[in-house]
Amino acid sequence: MINLNINGQSIEYMGDPQTPLLWVLRDELDLTGTKYGCGIAQCGACTVHVNGTAQRACALPVAAAENQPIVTIEGLSVDGDHPLQTAWKDIQVPQCGFCQPGQIMQAAALLASNAGPTDAEIDTAMSGNICRCGTYPRIRAAIKSVAGASS
Amino acid sequence: MSDSLQAPVFDISRRRFIKAVGVGGVFAVSTQLLSPTHVFAAIGGTSLTTSQAVNLFVALTKDGTVEITCHRSDMGQHIRTAIGQIIADEMEADWERVRIVQALGDPRYGDQNTDGSRSIRYNFDRLRRLGASVRQMLAVAGGQHWGVPAGECVVANHKISHTKTGRQLDFQDVVNRLMTVEIPQDAAITLKARDQWRYINTGMASVDMDDLINGRAVFGADVRLADTKVAVVARPPVVLGKVKSFDASAALAIPGVLKVIAIPVPTAPLVYQPLGGIAVIATNTWAAIQGRNALKIIWDSGVNGSYDSREYQQRLEQKAREPGRVIRSQGDINAGLAAATTRLDAEYYVPHLSHAPMEPPVATARMTSTGVQVWAATQNPQADQAEVSRMLGLQPAQVEVHVTLLGGAFGRKSKPDFSSEAAYLAQQSGFTIRLQWTREDDIQHDFYHTVSAQKLSAGLDDQGKILAFRHRTVFPSIGALFSAGTTNPSAGELSQGFSDSPISAPNLQLEVGEAQAHVRIGWLRSVNNIHHCFAIQSFIAEMAAAAQRDPKDYLLEVIGPARLLEFEGMSEPYPNYGETLTRYPYDTGRLAHVIRLAAASAGWGRTLPRGSGLGIAAHRSFLTYVATVVELNVSSSGELTIPKVWMAIDAGTVVNTDTVVNQCQGGAVFGLSCALHAGITLQNGAVEQTNYHDYAVSRMNEAPPIIEVQVVASDALPAGVGEPPTPPFAPALCNAIYAATGKRIRQLPIGNQLRT
Repeated sequence: MINLNINGQSIEYMGDPQTPLLWVLRDELDLTGTKYGCGIAQCGACTVHVNGTAQRACALPVAAAENQPIVTIEGLSVDGDHPLQTAWKDIQVPQCGFCQPGQIMQAAALLASNAGPTDAEIDTAMSGNICRCGTYPRIRAAIKSVAGASS
Repeated sequence: MSDSLQAPVFDISRRRFIKAVGVGGVFAVSTQLLSPTHVFAAIGGTSLTTSQAVNLFVALTKDGTVEITCHRSDMGQHIRTAIGQIIADEMEADWERVRIVQALGDPRYGDQNTDGSRSIRYNFDRLRRLGASVRQMLAVAGGQHWGVPAGECVVANHKISHTKTGRQLDFQDVVNRLMTVEIPQDAAITLKARDQWRYINTGMASVDMDDLINGRAVFGADVRLADTKVAVVARPPVVLGKVKSFDASAALAIPGVLKVIAIPVPTAPLVYQPLGGIAVIATNTWAAIQGRNALKIIWDSGVNGSYDSREYQQRLEQKAREPGRVIRSQGDINAGLAAATTRLDAEYYVPHLSHAPMEPPVATARMTSTGVQVWAATQNPQADQAEVSRMLGLQPAQVEVHVTLLGGAFGRKSKPDFSSEAAYLAQQSGFTIRLQWTREDDIQHDFYHTVSAQKLSAGLDDQGKILAFRHRTVFPSIGALFSAGTTNPSAGELSQGFSDSPISAPNLQLEVGEAQAHVRIGWLRSVNNIHHCFAIQSFIAEMAAAAQRDPKDYLLEVIGPARLLEFEGMSEPYPNYGETLTRYPYDTGRLAHVIRLAAASAGWGRTLPRGSGLGIAAHRSFLTYVATVVELNVSSSGELTIPKVWMAIDAGTVVNTDTVVNQCQGGAVFGLSCALHAGITLQNGAVEQTNYHDYAVSRMNEAPPIIEVQVVASDALPAGVGEPPTPPFAPALCNAIYAATGKRIRQLPIGNQLRT
């Protein structure tokens, strides 16, 4: 049995401890905002926070997340009003939107540790998250609008 | 058709692994985090609430909420919003009181095949008229309410006003009456004037915006039905290969794995049939994936087992060096080339490409007493109906297809093999099945963009002016998917940037060679425009360099004076994306206009530091004109950076201006992926790439931080938006590389070609 703390709720998981956290979130908890995109930590669609750090849920055995606070896109804010979500709306970032929960979670972890990232720091932090629709210029603009940095 | 709406969205009994220990329990957790009502609004076939249909696309609820049905699939182009804008505008609905309902697959809506960049082109006029008819009916209803002529009633922003008395009604006050009002005759419908538009031609946000940023949006894999099992399939590595023998004992031993089922071997032509193989059905996705990996299968490779894409490239290139079938001929090509002072020849190559949308193909299916229900991330639900019914031995009307949001598609998801797989497994197993493609499945079993070799030749006079132009193209045809053994591309494929060559030369000849398909060839965002535009727009810059002319000026010169192309010398009529040349002419003036706009905003002609350069390319596709200017820098070690890109687009009348900008930006990044990294290679008939690490797509660190887009204000008929921004990017980039380094890229991807 594995004790999980997801979005502030305690949950006991009794399945295979090697199951990636992604599939526990999606298949067992119906927390479908965390997406499957590659399964090998190459695209970032499954990004969640574990202990405040951005992690790829598709490559993280659920056992490795035991007893650590896990936050998914559903738990990032109460009403979708995290400053980054507001910026995403204002700048109209999404196209298909499939990668955007992962992008927002990655950006939120970045800003939590570095409130005023440079362009290079944004690139470094965000380049693990693919957006096949190509919304990168808007993602960058949204992050910068929250960070208060100017180009 | 709507009984599925009563089905529970979430199946609590499935949570066998979960025990809640916090306050409220796990049920409370999930209801708090996800709103089932919200979920259904996105994927339901009809409205949630009791509403009354005014017509096929518009219904009103008791509280006056207007429900607008979107019959096209949304894959990021925000068509759900655009269709709402068109209808709501014409019927004078208040946007705050509009809800978008996603249509089921149903021929009553007309064409639902969301590809070819044509949703607006096909629907703009008819949906405006439909919206206007509702506005006129509302005026009649208001007039009946007050006992005054409808002509004295004005409908504006969800209100009906009686002009003489100033009395007002809300839409909700006339819902019942509206249902009895006669639908106006076509000739009696009056459209709003353009200057009266509220929503059309504005940049309003997507109706799904909140869902897209809070994780509640329902994509294909997010559909939750009672007691669903997950299936993952091992498909033959080679197209038309099959299972020789298999051993599923290790797979069945994995906890959670329930069943192993063989999928029938398809016969040529493949069309959208599943590829066959062995499916593993399990209680959850992870078990299904592990089970699939544990299968021991011996494959028979079949007829395509010797396909080697490197060897095939040489054959295509050789073919392009030989005369081909003449598609268009003007003047005397041989005399023109012979008379030239300068002769140029260049060969271009673009490999197979994979769509690689962020969301791999996925569908959920369950059998019902009357047929089957499918929930799918599909671009074309009517194709799902056709294919699933054939696979299951049903009639198309027995297949109820719910369209989810699509996590990217780019043409992949108009081929519903994944829905057929899901439905077949549901039928065979008796389970509700969510059929999940892994990323590896997606990269290895796609309907690939064709592979092409081209040879271009030009003769210039002593002033550098073009005397003769010959273009040969060789690529396997999409037609082979539908008619086995097809080796000649169709007029439609050739119309995409080849037979509509913008080059104005006294002697011109366009030729095509035959090629055999060895993989499933499909259409990928902008299709044959990708390789044709890459070659032509690069070659024009090569001619400019030979003539020692500015590439932008030379491009304008070879396009020639503003005129409507007449397509002289064609062996068959120019298909023009299914439109007449009267309605949608090829106007070289509009092409030249976007070139001038993009060049001006980029500050074309300015001096750049060593290692930097500007490149330009322009193209008409899907009836839209786009020009792109790329600024780049190449470091001494060959690293590329792109500080800025400028684009200008003339798509005629546009519905959502911000969507057009977003699609241009995205189309540029899509083109960047094609140019830099993408390339599917095959050996022994099998695809060598597997996932995003070896089939790379562009990431933020290499994407241009700024892509400035000018949308030409136009009242011309609406044309395409989703695809046209992609083709000019790669040649603009390669022309910039030439300007920066003097190195000419003729083969994609660029890969390591610039590394020193």
